Amino acid sequence: MLKFFFRRASLVIPTFLGVTLLTFALVRLVPGDPLEMMAGERGLTPERHAELMAQYGYDKPLLEQYGLYLYELAGGDFGRSVVTKKPVLQEFFERFPATVELAVCAMFFAVLIGLPMGILAAVRRGTVLDYAVMGTAVTGFSMPIFWWALLLVLFFSVNLGWTPVSGRISALYWVDARTGFMLIDSLLSDEKGAFRSAVSHLILPAVALGTIPLAIIARMTRSSMLEVLNEDYVRTARAKGLSPFRVVTVHALRNALIPVVTVVGLATGILLAGAILTETIFSWPGIGKWLIEAVRRRDYPTVQGGVLLVATIIMLVNLLVDLLYGVINPRIRHASERT
Amino acid sequence: MTDRTLDTAPSKPPHPLQDIWADFRRNRGAMVGLALILIVTFLAVFADVVAPYGPAEQFRDAFLSPPAWLEGGDPRFLLGTDDVGRDMLSRLIYGARLSLLIGVVVVTLALAAGVTLGLCAGFFGGIVDIVVMRLMDIMLALPALLLAIVIVAILGPGLMNAMVAVTVVVVPHYARLTRGAVLSELGRDYVTASRVAGAGPLRLMFVTVLPNCLAPLIVQATLGFSGAILDAAALGFLGLGAQPPTPEWGSMLANALQFIQRAWWVVTFPGLAILVTVLAFNLMGDGLRDALDPKLKR
Repeated sequence: MLKFFFRRASLVIPTFLGVTLLTFALVRLVPGDPLEMMAGERGLTPERHAELMAQYGYDKPLLEQYGLYLYELAGGDFGRSVVTKKPVLQEFFERFPATVELAVCAMFFAVLIGLPMGILAAVRRGTVLDYAVMGTAVTGFSMPIFWWALLLVLFFSVNLGWTPVSGRISALYWVDARTGFMLIDSLLSDEKGAFRSAVSHLILPAVALGTIPLAIIARMTRSSMLEVLNEDYVRTARAKGLSPFRVVTVHALRNALIPVVTVVGLATGILLAGAILTETIFSWPGIGKWLIEAVRRRDYPTVQGGVLLVATIIMLVNLLVDLLYGVINPRIRHASERT
Repeated sequence: MTDRTLDTAPSKPPHPLQDIWADFRRNRGAMVGLALILIVTFLAVFADVVAPYGPAEQFRDAFLSPPAWLEGGDPRFLLGTDDVGRDMLSRLIYGARLSLLIGVVVVTLALAAGVTLGLCAGFFGGIVDIVVMRLMDIMLALPALLLAIVIVAILGPGLMNAMVAVTVVVVPHYARLTRGAVLSELGRDYVTASRVAGAGPLRLMFVTVLPNCLAPLIVQATLGFSGAILDAAALGFLGLGAQPPTPEWGSMLANALQFIQRAWWVVTFPGLAILVTVLAFNLMGDGLRDALDPKLKR
């Protein structure tokens, strides 16, 4: 088990180094002088320019610059935003809980709806219900989520007035950021109605972000269930006279879930990419919106640090899923030890 | 029914393409997708004839005019007009041109690059394989849209750069797929026979092995169309892709954001166009996968 763990974990290191090379190249590949680009219209005096060159280390040879970059990363220094002058790492962790909250709720929504949809479609294979589920799934999968989010706003916020258009909580409430997760913070605070407000702000973004994972989960569950339903042990369970509900939920589903769990874990990338669009539309103060704003402001150190952090988190989550999968399913663990 | 006549002539096995077509047409969703793609392609090709007006033509007397069937709608503008009095329908039709162009360019370039990289990695193995596949892994470590945004941030916003970005982002998928298919084919007897007969590496790669790896690539390319259209539209929506007044569906949506409360049609129709086109390619891709995959055949 330990061997398996180290083997998988060691695979992450070269990829991580590769991503640092990519983010390092990012600033150097910008056509023209990155400092001039960051300074924008105001321009720079030659003295200030030389000073900044030295400060960012752009006057050193490339290899030395990369070494320095790695050295700083190892010390937890992900650079400083040129706009706010704050460390990128600090800015990232200020916004990260908001994105995690959104992503977790989106995933919760996706699993809650997608799993039963997939099971129903598999059990009622070939019926209208099956076609309806599969039609919904392929539509959800094809959905431009930035447009889907706008439609949700148009219908639920503008026409019905049920939910607010943007933000995390109504300006009427002041909630101390104890955990950074608004749902928890608003519950902990004494303000009445704060939790309700937080929930109503969260619903639409979570639904918009969860739509594509929902479609993937529904399809995956259906095909995985169809495979399992033909297995001998399911037939045996049926023959024993167990109720159809018990056969489906206990005997079939538990075995069908293995690939679905992987999909759920690997959806982190989809969720973080989707968060860029969803957060922009709903003014959700998470890392997606932060990164897009950094790109628009040409705040390259922030883009550089932010991208590296996002990639690192995705790699870590994927590693975790891999390891969990090895724990759940011993066949994987042994197969990888043999090779 | 052509396939009925095929069944009654057992002496001659059907051509593989006929076989695939017979499987494909049995899939209703795939046929709907194909029909939609044909319609969108027709509109895109004959946009000059089909569209009632030019994509940039302004009507100063009709700003944000609602669709024709609604109260206050102008019969001249079937789907209404936008904030500067341009006909929505015409802009959408010209937008189809851009979206299909994006799909064609991205998929062609990505196929060319991805197949070459995958073939090299699969054939030469060793250090080439490691370097290429590691590079692809690194690119896959980032979400596609984020990587595309980073590339556009380097190159600067614009339709061309957005296409380049989306292309670069999808190359790893094709490279991995090709490498996998090549590796499974390399051990086959026909490859050894060809090698023994003295075929050079280029001939082995492109003439002997590649045609046998095509099935998954065709499916991926079809699905790649929808991904390319979706990602380019997302970049346009974020203001990093096609710039106004280009009638690209994503940037039309971005522009319409400020009128969401007053004029639902400027928001609804461009997105619907994206959804229908992407859905059509996904349906067709699914159908092709089922038709091309012998394992799934009944």
